[in-house]
Parts: sequence; C-alpha cells; structure tokens
Amino acid sequence: MTIANFIDMAFLVFLGITAFAILKLRALFAVVMLSSVFSLVSAGLLVHLDAVDVAFTEAAVGAGISTVLMLATLALTARREKAPTRTHAVPLIVVFLTGLALVYGTLDMPRFGDPQAPVHTHVAPKYINDTEKEIGMPNIVTAVLASYRGFDTLGEVTVIFTAGIGVLLLLAASIREPDGLRIQTMDHHLVLRVVTKVLIGPILLFALYVQFHGDYGPGGGFQAGVIFAAAFIIYALVFGLENARAAVPGQAVRVLVACGVLLYGGVGVVSFLFGENYLNYSVLGSTQVSGQHLGIILVEFGVGLTVAAVMVSTFYAFAGQNPPIGDEDW
Amino acid sequence: MGGSDFLGLFNYWIVIVLMMLGLYTVVSRGNLVKKIIGLNIFQTSVFLLYISMGKVAGGTAPILTGDPKEVYSNPLPHVLILTAIVVGVATTALGLALVVRIKNAYDSIEEDEIQAADDEMEFGVEPAAKDGPP
Repeated sequence: MTIANFIDMAFLVFLGITAFAILKLRALFAVVMLSSVFSLVSAGLLVHLDAVDVAFTEAAVGAGISTVLMLATLALTARREKAPTRTHAVPLIVVFLTGLALVYGTLDMPRFGDPQAPVHTHVAPKYINDTEKEIGMPNIVTAVLASYRGFDTLGEVTVIFTAGIGVLLLLAASIREPDGLRIQTMDHHLVLRVVTKVLIGPILLFALYVQFHGDYGPGGGFQAGVIFAAAFIIYALVFGLENARAAVPGQAVRVLVACGVLLYGGVGVVSFLFGENYLNYSVLGSTQVSGQHLGIILVEFGVGLTVAAVMVSTFYAFAGQNPPIGDEDW
Repeated sequence: MGGSDFLGLFNYWIVIVLMMLGLYTVVSRGNLVKKIIGLNIFQTSVFLLYISMGKVAGGTAPILTGDPKEVYSNPLPHVLILTAIVVGVATTALGLALVVRIKNAYDSIEEDEIQAADDEMEFGVEPAAKDGPP
C-alpha cells in the first residue's frame, strides 16, 4: 500500500464519518456545517484524484454558496429536526439491498487507476493528444468544456438559468421591499467589518484571475462566477441586504442572468453567420487557434456572468424574505 | 479475492457506502432540509464515482506540461462533473426555495405534519399538529 492509497483512504473514511454524523444529528445548524465540511473534504479528495478543476468548483460551491443558502433556509424555517416517530426497518432493508447490488456490480469494474480501462481508450486520448494542436491551450478540461463539448455546456448554463428563474418565481411574491426602517446588519462587529472590507477586493480580483486564466490553469467561468458572487454575498451578509441592493440592484442582476446565456448562444449564431457549424469557433479568428481562443474566452465569460448573477439573485431572494424570528432569538 | 482487488475496488465501495447513507437520509428522515442535504451527499458520491473512474495510476492533472512522456488522468469525467456541481447547487437552491414556500403554507417542514394538515384539509378528520393550513 502506497502513501497515495493511504491518503485516498483517509479522505474517504473522513467522508463516511461526516455523512454518518449528518444522518444522526438533529440540530440542523450542525448538520449544515457538517455538510460544508463534507464538501471541503471531498474537494481535497478530488485534488488527490487529479481533478483540480472539479475540486475548485466543489470548494467554492459546496463549502461556500450552498452553505449560505442552507443557513438562509434555516433562518426562515426551523433550527431542529423533530425526533423520528416511526421505525425505519423498510428503508434500511431497501438501502442495504441496493448497496449490496451495487457492490456486486463493482466486482466487474476495471480496477482503480487501471490505464487500460475502457473509459480511457475511447475519446479521452483524442482530447489529450489534439488539444494542443486544435485549440492551443494547456488546460484540456477548459478546451473540452468550452469547445469540444460546447453544446453540453450551453445546456448546463441553460439549466442554471432555468433554476434561477424558478427560485425567483417561487420566492419573488414574498420578497420584502427595502423600507429603510429595519436594516439588519452585522457591521457593529468590528472584526467582521474590517476583515470583510479587506477581503472583498482580493476576492473579486481572484475571481477575475480564475475567469481569464482558466485556459492555462485550473479555473473557468463556473468557478469564477461562484467566487464573484461570494464577494457580493459576504458584503450583503455583513453590511446588510439594503446596502448590497443599493450597490448592485436586483433588477440589474436579473438582466445579467439572461445576458450570459445570450452571449453564449450569440457566439454560436456568429459562427453560423460565418458559414460554419453552431459553436464552431475556428472561423472567429484569422487562424483556427486564435478563433478557438476568442470563442472560448467569450463563452466562458457568458458562463461566468450567468452563474454569478444567478447566485447573487438567488441569495437576494432568500435574504429578502421576512424572517419569522428576530435576530435576538437565535 | 486478493489484496490488489481490495485496493482496486476500495474507492468504489466507500462511494457506495456514502451513496447509501445519502439515500437512507432522504428516505428515512421527515425533515425537508435534512432530505435535501441527504440528496447532496448522494450527489457528491456520484461525483466521486465518476472522478475515481477517471484516475490513471501515475497520472497528473489534465493540464498540458509540455513533456511528451507525461501521463494525464482522463479529462472527460472532470468536465461532466464540473458542470454537474454548479447545476447541482442551482437545483438545491430551487429545492430550498420550495421548502421556504412549504413552511409559509403549512407552518412546518416536517413531512408527517404536512401530511396530517393535508389529510385534515381533504377529509376533515385527524386534528393537525398545529393550526393546519391557512
């Protein structure tokens, strides 16, 4: 057993313990915090498994944004789970049998790390060998994401767009209008206020770096969008929702949600007009590689725009609800 | 079954354990927030399954280093899962928004209380846990 195996196992065992604690605990605040820990540990495991881009996304999304959204939900609903009233024999049996069937299925799977596994012999070698020549950028994941499988990513961005619209439709009716009377802020906490002010600049700068350096290193529109949104969310958390909405109005964010998808789809239409296939960027520049570069930067920017705007407007929708319980009752 | 089989399948087995813990949380717990968190655990374990399959022994992250002898892990699962994570948080947000609306309508996020309130509204029997739906 090598060191690498050991690290791998340690991460997985930690994940198992965390998931079990989430199942057992009834204090929902602790459960949400543990689910954040779960995401962070799985991000560590993903780095170990060479999936740096994925780990980046998981850390920003799972440990960051979804934790904030879940805490916002707790503030609007309940802090504790009711004690279970029934026995769980049937679910336990079903889950056990399903697990057993899945384990039986793994016995036929190629062993972990096997370079001859079928998954590595199909299209992956093409992506690895041709990216440098056809796309001309080092990060293969970005090349596959934005160019080879650009249709796929357009679909995913549309799903995010649709989910954002869904959240706004569900919660818009009860969003509290800014009345200027009951601004809830945390800026009386000196440490929070100062640290936030120091952090927001670097967070925004880092998001831009992740956005535009995604062709060369880990990163891209998805990660950058989430990090960008995190800067606005931390501002709204500490200085109050009204102040955040004064800086970035909800209306403007909602327009940006649509702009990102439009930019992505628009790049495809432009390559149409040049007489090529939809989302074939090669015609956008004087050479194939420069066209690919331009196209990828544009669609990644569209992705980042939509993701950031959906995250911010989702947060606005949650934070704008009338809290049933005041700040002091926590 | 030898030792190499154990090491070669360990990742998949723990991923299945995580998956089943998530599934059990979804099925057995009545609290809607807890159900969504269970669903997230299930989702993350599927991500780990894909990424585990993409790992190549001795490989490195799929960012070209310029060394022609370099071995890279499979970039395709990374692409699929990267987008799935962000779609996952968007759908989680949608689920949480539904929970907030359910709380507004039923004044509870516990499955059995919601059921009882629904029963009372439909048949007029069985007193609901609280005031029932508005």
